[in-house]
Amino acid sequence: MAVIEIKNVAKRFGEYQALEDINLTIADQEFMVLLGASGCGKSTLLRIICGLETATEGEVWIGGKRIDHLPPKDRGIAMVFQNYAVFPHLTVFENIGFGLRMAKLPNDEVKRRVERTAGLMHIDQLLGRYSGELSGGQRQRVAVARALAMEPDVILMDEPLSNLDALLRMEMRAELKGVLAQSKTTAIYVTHDQVEAMSMADRISVMHEGKIIQAASPIEIYRDPAAEFVAGFIGNPPMNFLNATPSGGGKWTVAGTSMNGPDSNAPLKFAIRPEDMQLGESGLSAIVKVVEPLGAHLLVTCDVDGALFRAVLDSDLTIHPGDKLTLTPQANRVRWFDPQTTRAVA
Amino acid sequence: MSDTTPQPTDARKAGRYVYGAAVFLLCAWVIVPLYFLLINTLSSPEAVNSFPKSFIPEFDLGSLTFFANFAGMISALKNSILVAVLTMIMSIAIGAPAGYALSRFDFPGKGTFRLLILLTRAFPLPLLALPLAVMFIRTGLDDTVFGLALVHTTLAVPFAVLITFSLFSGIPLELEEAAWTLGCTRLTAFTKVVLPLILPGITASAIFAFVISWNEVFAAAVLTIENRTLTAFLLQNLDSSPLHLKFAGGFILVVPALIFIFAVRKYLFAMWGIANR
Repeated sequence: MAVIEIKNVAKRFGEYQALEDINLTIADQEFMVLLGASGCGKSTLLRIICGLETATEGEVWIGGKRIDHLPPKDRGIAMVFQNYAVFPHLTVFENIGFGLRMAKLPNDEVKRRVERTAGLMHIDQLLGRYSGELSGGQRQRVAVARALAMEPDVILMDEPLSNLDALLRMEMRAELKGVLAQSKTTAIYVTHDQVEAMSMADRISVMHEGKIIQAASPIEIYRDPAAEFVAGFIGNPPMNFLNATPSGGGKWTVAGTSMNGPDSNAPLKFAIRPEDMQLGESGLSAIVKVVEPLGAHLLVTCDVDGALFRAVLDSDLTIHPGDKLTLTPQANRVRWFDPQTTRAVA
Repeated sequence: MSDTTPQPTDARKAGRYVYGAAVFLLCAWVIVPLYFLLINTLSSPEAVNSFPKSFIPEFDLGSLTFFANFAGMISALKNSILVAVLTMIMSIAIGAPAGYALSRFDFPGKGTFRLLILLTRAFPLPLLALPLAVMFIRTGLDDTVFGLALVHTTLAVPFAVLITFSLFSGIPLELEEAAWTLGCTRLTAFTKVVLPLILPGITASAIFAFVISWNEVFAAAVLTIENRTLTAFLLQNLDSSPLHLKFAGGFILVVPALIFIFAVRKYLFAMWGIANR
């Protein structure tokens, strides 16, 4: 059992607050993705869990044991680095077996584990090679195999796929997910790629400016973003926002159109995903500015009430710039945000 | 069209001749004196002192034998080797940890420290040698192999620090971090990962320290009397010794330095920031 508990963790580099009041519990065998733009603190948080960085405040617990004062080797973790960090002076076999040798396991056990993990990562043909003789993708496989061979309670990954080309990344994504699910370890995976996060995670923690904005399942992050930042960050293209003025009794005026919404008297922001709209009789009136046919669908950028507004429509439609459209939002997909707190309003 | 095309070709051809001539001159500049040294070393004492000179060595070991039998020469050679080996060990023992610290840790005064390392080379040795000689006489370090090795270490340490600094910086910190997460302490990560990667470079830096000590003549001449190194010994006997002895001595001095520097050239380039791969 390796539940990870992060309690009130903060990190300051001099005056700069890199992490602020991080509280997160990661369940046993859960695949947690830390998602955010560069500089949001996600790597710092991972390095604090790993022990390569010390938190200024707070505690880290793994499997019911406080570990934030222990050196990395005593934490029951294994890490996969962004640049692979495959030791250039050792063969693939010795790379994968490095940690096992450090743990002074008997030779036949080292051999058994190296061969098993190498087989799992499909690099059993490369065991005699040096890292200079491997491609980027193969090095990545060695790095993952090396971490898995330790049979750790927790496996930490810092943007492990970001140096691979797009096709290989897609392939490795699925493979990594399968292998990790099989190994039954708890995993924390740092990435700035939301597709990677959505496709691999059991749960995503969206980070921004040193804080966790929302930690939830991928579909919940997508459908019910807890804050305006998450709504504007997740999804390609992200959510559309329009200013809404209350007309009382749960009625709202959005871009001149009346809609049902939360019962509130302070102005809110109306939000809708681009794919959650259809052309209809009544709704938001939009003037088309750009039409991008993407094959599967049509991405239409319009002007609604002076704001930029995107809609994903059926690719059979014929739409030209300058056209006037009426977009009907799907009522159950509309979300509302408080511009004061930037949080979602039910 | 056709009669204008030869011109650039001619210019290019001429340029190639100039280039070739320059390369030839530069090579000759270095190689010709070395070649004369070689000829005269491998000729009999009679041939060395006669005129005109031959351009082909006789492969006569007379000069070298005379050199080996000259009183005090072998002990001077032994002293040279001893001092150089001691210098090599001490400059690496001091320089490599400093190079590691410079590349891996941030500490106040890091920039100043780097500058100070270079500044040790800013003072001319004669300025230092006389006070040093006085101090060495007081402490009893004068005329000892160890005392001279200390001075040579001071000369070699800046290079040892700079070479190892650039080598350590070339090893990604991620490799060490990976080792830490795989069960290493800071020390074992160093011995299992960093050291094997850096060993060739450390060797190069050690050899460079050896050569610095091997070639150094001023401090050696001032600080030793009985236990002279080869350079100091040759300098002392410069006017009294016969020509073939000078040639043989020069040859014995040049060859190890030349071979070593050639062997470690890659790492010396690295020190000056030229690509080392």
